[in-house]
Amino acid sequence: MSVTTANDGIKDLSTPLSDQDVASLKAGDRVRITGVIYTARDAAHGRLAPLIEKGEKLPIDVRGQIIYYTGPSPARPGDVIGAVGPTTASRMDRFTPALLRLGLKGTIGKGYRGDAVKAALREHQAIYFGAIGGAGAVLSRFVKKAEVVAYEDLGTEAIRRLEVENFPAIVLYDCHGGDLYQEGQKVYAREGA
Amino acid sequence: MRDIHTSAITDAVKKLCMEANWNLEPDMLRAFDRALGRERSAAGKQVLQTLKDNAELARTKRIPYCQDTGMVVCFVELGQDVHVTGGGLYDAINAGVSEGYKEGYLRASIVRSPFDRVNTGDNTPAVIHVDVGPGAEMKIMVMAKGGGCENRSKYKMHTPADAAGAKDFIVECVKTAGPDACPPLVLGVGIGGTFEKSAILSKKALFREIGSPNPDPALDAMEKELLEQANRLGIGPQGYGGDTTAFAIHILTYPCHITSLPVAVTIECHAHRHKEATL
Repeated sequence: MSVTTANDGIKDLSTPLSDQDVASLKAGDRVRITGVIYTARDAAHGRLAPLIEKGEKLPIDVRGQIIYYTGPSPARPGDVIGAVGPTTASRMDRFTPALLRLGLKGTIGKGYRGDAVKAALREHQAIYFGAIGGAGAVLSRFVKKAEVVAYEDLGTEAIRRLEVENFPAIVLYDCHGGDLYQEGQKVYAREGA
Repeated sequence: MRDIHTSAITDAVKKLCMEANWNLEPDMLRAFDRALGRERSAAGKQVLQTLKDNAELARTKRIPYCQDTGMVVCFVELGQDVHVTGGGLYDAINAGVSEGYKEGYLRASIVRSPFDRVNTGDNTPAVIHVDVGPGAEMKIMVMAKGGGCENRSKYKMHTPADAAGAKDFIVECVKTAGPDACPPLVLGVGIGGTFEKSAILSKKALFREIGSPNPDPALDAMEKELLEQANRLGIGPQGYGGDTTAFAIHILTYPCHITSLPVAVTIECHAHRHKEATL
């Protein structure tokens, strides 16, 4: 079991994640992620998709893993990485169900996702996490190591293997149909909007 | 005639690009503080506090506030008694963008064509708008415009009888932008003119100081009314639910045709990075 609840109520996760780990997470849970995560955004997904279609081996083994939708800014000399906040996840919606089918257990991004992704999260037991969009400087401090593992020519859009420690995130969509956006916004919506 | 050498323009743009990405303007920091004072949502407060911390870290470590360091939108107010020497104005601005993004460790986010998607490597070219007016000075205003929020910007032609619909459209833009555009948002709204005029006004409106009143009392009242409605949506910081969905709505208008009521809404995220300098 790689999910434990700390005294501050935040859940500590270590990757890779099992189905049991995923099932224990609920929309709205604050988490700290430790271990390896992979970055990929539009262009990298565009290259993974035809490989999946043809049943070919991917440059990363996604089973149990988390993909972080981000394109970091360049690291200053001496820094591990530049700013590294999430990008809008819905642009990856068309690719996500196929990756979940292969065993991917989580994605980190920002913003709403489509119904097909929500259904796939339930079907394949996976989580959509949110990181705070625009907090790229703060989030860079949780990345301890970064290396490009595929598609270096894509620059910021290459697939990177990140080693993170206590990377802060929140469960946006869980594998039971829970949706933080719906639940949270309902509480604060007022008449006259 | 007053000569301004292109090297001065390039230097100014370079500094503005770096500073914009590292140092969030004080008007935005004050907006965070005001929002923290009234936000009821614990998750929302936590987001706002993290964003304040993020601004401080970006400033002290000189790393960008957001990894999306934007497409540079540059407005130039060019005095007609200025003579640019040493080369072209647009080339000088783009040289400043190139130097600023490379030397500042800012992300290159621009592709040379919408279809072949090959990165230009230095975040050029900028989108440049030049207005010529009286005087012998050159005011350069730079915005690092994020892509995620730009993707939620919208345009609609309304009929002259449908002013109410035009206002509803602006609030609807906040709703459809939702968490994708990184709320709390700032809205730049251009109303009137033609198709392209209103779109450009919607960008220019973002340069007004956040929290300052619109100089036109009627528009000021409209801005306040629409902001109140937007913040009743409950979307909140990052869309996690809360009272602070937008920090400000800024409107600029222009005369328009008897048939028209164009409305353009530029959606801007909380990483509202704007700086200006006068040469």
